[in-house]
Amino acid sequence: MPASASRLDPDRLLTGGLRLCAAFSAALLILVVIFLLLQAGPVLDAIGPWRLFADDGWFPADTAAAGQFSIVALLAGSGAVAFGATVLAAPLAIASAVFCRFVAPPRIGQLFRRMLEVLAGVPSVVFGFWGLVVLVPLINRWQPPGASVLAGALVLGLMILPTIALLADSALRSVPRATLSAAAALGLSRWRTALQVALPAARGGVVTGIILGVARAIGETMAVLMVCGNVVQVPASVFEPVRTLTANIALEMAYAYGDHRSALFLTGLVLTLLVIALVLVAELGRGANARRTAHG
Amino acid sequence: MGDRLLAGVCWLAAGIVAGGFAWLLGDIVMNGLGQINLMYLLMPVADAGRAGGIGPVIVSTSLILVVCLSVSLPLGLATAIVLSEADDERWFGRLVRRSLDVLAGVPSIVFGLFGYAVFGLALGLGFSILSGGLTLACMVLPILIRSIEQGLRAVPIDIRHAAAALGMQRWRTLVAVLLPAAAPGVLVGVVLGIGRAAAETAALLFTSGYVARMPDSLLDSGRSLSVHIFDLALNVAGGEPRAYAAALVLIVALAVVNLTAISLSERLLSSRINPA
Repeated sequence: MPASASRLDPDRLLTGGLRLCAAFSAALLILVVIFLLLQAGPVLDAIGPWRLFADDGWFPADTAAAGQFSIVALLAGSGAVAFGATVLAAPLAIASAVFCRFVAPPRIGQLFRRMLEVLAGVPSVVFGFWGLVVLVPLINRWQPPGASVLAGALVLGLMILPTIALLADSALRSVPRATLSAAAALGLSRWRTALQVALPAARGGVVTGIILGVARAIGETMAVLMVCGNVVQVPASVFEPVRTLTANIALEMAYAYGDHRSALFLTGLVLTLLVIALVLVAELGRGANARRTAHG
Repeated sequence: MGDRLLAGVCWLAAGIVAGGFAWLLGDIVMNGLGQINLMYLLMPVADAGRAGGIGPVIVSTSLILVVCLSVSLPLGLATAIVLSEADDERWFGRLVRRSLDVLAGVPSIVFGLFGYAVFGLALGLGFSILSGGLTLACMVLPILIRSIEQGLRAVPIDIRHAAAALGMQRWRTLVAVLLPAAAPGVLVGVVLGIGRAAAETAALLFTSGYVARMPDSLLDSGRSLSVHIFDLALNVAGGEPRAYAAALVLIVALAVVNLTAISLSERLLSSRINPA
């Protein structure tokens, strides 16, 4: 009797149903990895992981035996563009966050933050288009061909800047007011408060922002596809064209068959693992920071 | 002296950022504005996009968004309810949260591969609006869940206690008390999700495809506005002017969507602080 009554209990049904949905949401990540593995399986069996780095280059073919599957140049392309973007964006983003919190009059700071939020919502294909029609011709006039690591780094830099700046800004906002008042009571000037008290206290959030910015830069497809030139090579200078892992997938999926397509899924898997590692490092940093502020 | 230096450096940095923003936006508004009129928004695509309008593209984009939200919203709402009531020390809540954090970082092109393999191949949906919408649903799920959960957590614990004290069942509490109270948070999540989904290109390239005709059903391939911009910019010679127009339409739509989300969430935040 009690068993049948509880089976019809709407509360139990509700809780069970909700749990099931939550479990599915959590399982989605595992599903993504499993499906990538399934599709990458054939080529992974045929060449093993090492030929991804030991082959003579990226000359994929429909059969693993006929192709060369080195992703070194693609990794170098992704790395160079993401590194350039971060080097350009991080200092500007941190200075922007300090600007919002410590330098600008409140109204302008508010307006600036709103601008960053809108900028964060601009689609990557629009950034890519702007880079293609404005930046690439400009760079071309200076250092041909124009479509290059530099173009990619500039466009991506502008794209990830809001991510870093907004996270740094909210990290600065969560610095306890008591800390800032103490700095003021000690007679520290505004810039010493900002640089030597607030920024170090917000360090965890700032670093998390930078790491998530790097992850976004590595995972970005459309903008780099449109401005980087897509030549598979390890760049010798910032003016040379490169092809990133992401752009390579977008370019070749349209016509890839057999082991070639399988290899593209394998590069997708590499990309995913890379980004997962970055996100986990960022989470770790955030967790450590939260503990420190909670205890401090 | 130091104060002046810091202020100078920060104003300079903010100026560079605002300058870049203005350059990007100004360029697209100046080159796009002249071509946009009612006919452009309604007419079918002609001559690979060099002529005609973007009517079918807007329809396809909207259908993709509808599919995306009708799947992700129920799933996201259910997950957010579980998370908002889950104890962080328990393994289940922690696992779901961590998994969603990582999912939020997965590159969109990887979601494209996943959607192609699952919806296109395994489920046999091919290149279709359904494939694209479902792929985007997976992609926006983390951002949706995060804001809905914030909305649910903002409901004061007193209200839950009051409902329990009245002897309400859990599901009645949820439907009659918690969801109405959390509605603004849900709305912010939906708007943010729409913003993210409408901006997406890479995940749609090999799920919803390139076809620019008016779709007959959800199983037809349909070109989203973002894919239209990409195609005009890179694959169509002389497509540049029309790419500007399409980019302006997308930017204006997204700015409206994002500003709505921001002002909604700020109102939500202030209403949470005030009663305390």
